[in-house]
Amino acid sequence: MDVLTPEALTTVPQVVPDAPGEVRPREINTRLGRGDRIFFRGASASGLLVLSVMVAVGVFLAIQASQALQSRGFAFLSTAEWQPDSGKFGIAAVMLGTVLIALVAGVVALPIALGTALFITEVAPTWLRASLVALVDLMAAVPSVVYGLWGLFLLQGEVIGLSRWINTWFGWVPFFDVARADPNSPLSSASVYTASTFIAGLVVAMMVMPISCVVMREVFSQVPVGEREGAFALGSTRWGMIRVVALPFGRGGIIGGTMLGLGRALGETIAVLLIISPRFDLNFHVLEAGSNSVSSLIALRTFESSGFGLSALMAAGLALFAVTLVVNFTASWFVARSRSGASSEA
Amino acid sequence: MTTLMGAHSITEELELMSTDVRDGATPATTLPIRPGPQTPPAQRRALKKFSRADALPMGGAFVSALATTLLIFGRLTPLAGRLGFVVVLFVIYLVTYSVLVSLTDDGPAVVDRMMAVLLTSSAVVALAALFSVVIFVLWRGRTALTNSNFFVEDLSVTGPLDPLSTGGISHAIVGTLIMTTIALVITVPLGVACSVYLTESNGRATNLVRTVVTAMTALPSILAGLFIFATWILVLGFERSGIAASIAMSIMMLPIIIRSADVVLRLVPGNLREAAAALGAPKWRTVWHVVLPTARSGLTTSVILGVARGVGETAPILLTAGFTSTMNLNPNEGPMVSLPLAAFELVRSPQPSQIARGFATAAVLMILVLVLFTVARIVGGRPAGQLSKRQQRRTVTTSAKDVERMSIKHVAPEQESLSV
Repeated sequence: MDVLTPEALTTVPQVVPDAPGEVRPREINTRLGRGDRIFFRGASASGLLVLSVMVAVGVFLAIQASQALQSRGFAFLSTAEWQPDSGKFGIAAVMLGTVLIALVAGVVALPIALGTALFITEVAPTWLRASLVALVDLMAAVPSVVYGLWGLFLLQGEVIGLSRWINTWFGWVPFFDVARADPNSPLSSASVYTASTFIAGLVVAMMVMPISCVVMREVFSQVPVGEREGAFALGSTRWGMIRVVALPFGRGGIIGGTMLGLGRALGETIAVLLIISPRFDLNFHVLEAGSNSVSSLIALRTFESSGFGLSALMAAGLALFAVTLVVNFTASWFVARSRSGASSEA
Repeated sequence: MTTLMGAHSITEELELMSTDVRDGATPATTLPIRPGPQTPPAQRRALKKFSRADALPMGGAFVSALATTLLIFGRLTPLAGRLGFVVVLFVIYLVTYSVLVSLTDDGPAVVDRMMAVLLTSSAVVALAALFSVVIFVLWRGRTALTNSNFFVEDLSVTGPLDPLSTGGISHAIVGTLIMTTIALVITVPLGVACSVYLTESNGRATNLVRTVVTAMTALPSILAGLFIFATWILVLGFERSGIAASIAMSIMMLPIIIRSADVVLRLVPGNLREAAAALGAPKWRTVWHVVLPTARSGLTTSVILGVARGVGETAPILLTAGFTSTMNLNPNEGPMVSLPLAAFELVRSPQPSQIARGFATAAVLMILVLVLFTVARIVGGRPAGQLSKRQQRRTVTTSAKDVERMSIKHVAPEQESLSV
């Protein structure tokens, strides 16, 4: 017997061309129909509209700010006063206040956010998790004016004692020094501790905490089950597993989430405006009364400024925007670069 | 019991058999020697995470720490203050608890328990802060909230010294509703269309648009207000009004909505799109009939979250809407006030009744945001394409109807041909 050919095993249907002409492959048409063309044009138009509005905000701020920036040059970065009408103004004091408030907020919010995120993913019983997640999300949605009221009328009274205590015992640390405070006098006024960077930072921390926590929780929930169970199988305790598996895995998310929170803290206006009393000097003492921030400066001075003063405010706003942009992009870079960040959105 | 006896009898039989074999030729199999009486089954390890042995040290440590702290604060030292009390209590609790645990467990287990306590307490701190915010604002606003006139009157004829039984914030409620509606009319079509552009088309500018939108989520909200103030009001010469505030709000909300809608649309399974394309649907019909309905709940959530953020935002409104104490229904002219702005302005007054009104306004705002948020969670609690019970029922009835319709359409001509 000969070698089996495929033809011998299968019946090949006989193709009988019904037309004498040669068989041509069907023409594939990739041209869009009219409906699709309209659809794509509309979609791109809306995309470009959004793009142009967003770019317009930045460009307009830059153009308006250029007048003030040109007149001040680099002195804009190093001057503490804010007197645009007499030509002496700069963002040194307000930017320092903004950054200090954000740093206090970050330092307070980081451990709470990290602890809460780990509690939700690792410690809490399963039935509790969903409601905890909802509550943390809810915390992020509470309006900032509500936090401001809470900070001004409730937290400030409670925290003054803490401020006094820190100043009494840690006053030798430069940051915690308070100029006019006398820790030895029991009758010293509490007003040297009010309206400080510290209190504003605490309130902003409450706003920032849920934002960081959401990112961290997202990252911790993606810890590979295999590594987690591997740690347990080797006899690790729960904390041992967290320390050697979860924390290293989520490092990018922890850094990114914290920075994302910092970005939000830098731009916070109303809560800060309610709490601080503005001052225009380089004040590193976080416990001392009086502070300042770029956004509260803009909120306070916009109506009383005209022309050049407004241009100066725009310049301050532009500087703030630049800082927040850098912080936010660094945050998303950290999250995206980390092992866990490939699929998460932040 | 019966099985045990059965087992015994079998082994005896086997032994008999083996002795039979041994008597004859070489043994064929070696039987393992069984232990005589059956050992009782070992005690199962408790897999329950939280047992009585865990709870007792916790409770005991707490009682001991409370007693010690009370002793320290009242008797031994002149310490005072609520915050200090809680902190000292916590530290003593940690120490006592670690000592108690170390009596029964070794090093790593003690550290594990400590960290569990620390993680739990950080979550407790966060939740305590949230609840204290909610309860404090409701409590301080209760005197104004319990007057029904607070919701139906405005402050046009009410001065700061008037009692809480007159005046209200209806103008701020209406203002918030009008501004939010206008902002929604602007942002929802634009935001959804832009996110469709980002996900469905592979235009050259998609990456640029996405990057710029991401950058704009970092825009401090006060700058959105400043931008509208400088363009709309100073350059274009319009007065401060509801529409200016709505535009500022839209600029702030747009990036938030686009970014979350973009994520939601990308989660729509690709095979749905391919199925639609395979059925010959043009792209726009695929988007309209497949992609958007599949992602409906997620899109609704992203819009609601954007609204919740926009409603609570004070800073852009502060610069663009102006402040008024009278009802203004016209967003095109005259100042219009929103809830957060009204709360902000009211608490800056030194009068207790104004402050109470301010807190009540903040409480109304908070409740509004809570409601929006709850709705968002109910609507968007499930991923794209997963339907609720009601939606499933609706889909089933629709497809049943479709089957009926198609069968009529396709069977009918056949029957006609048969009859002919």
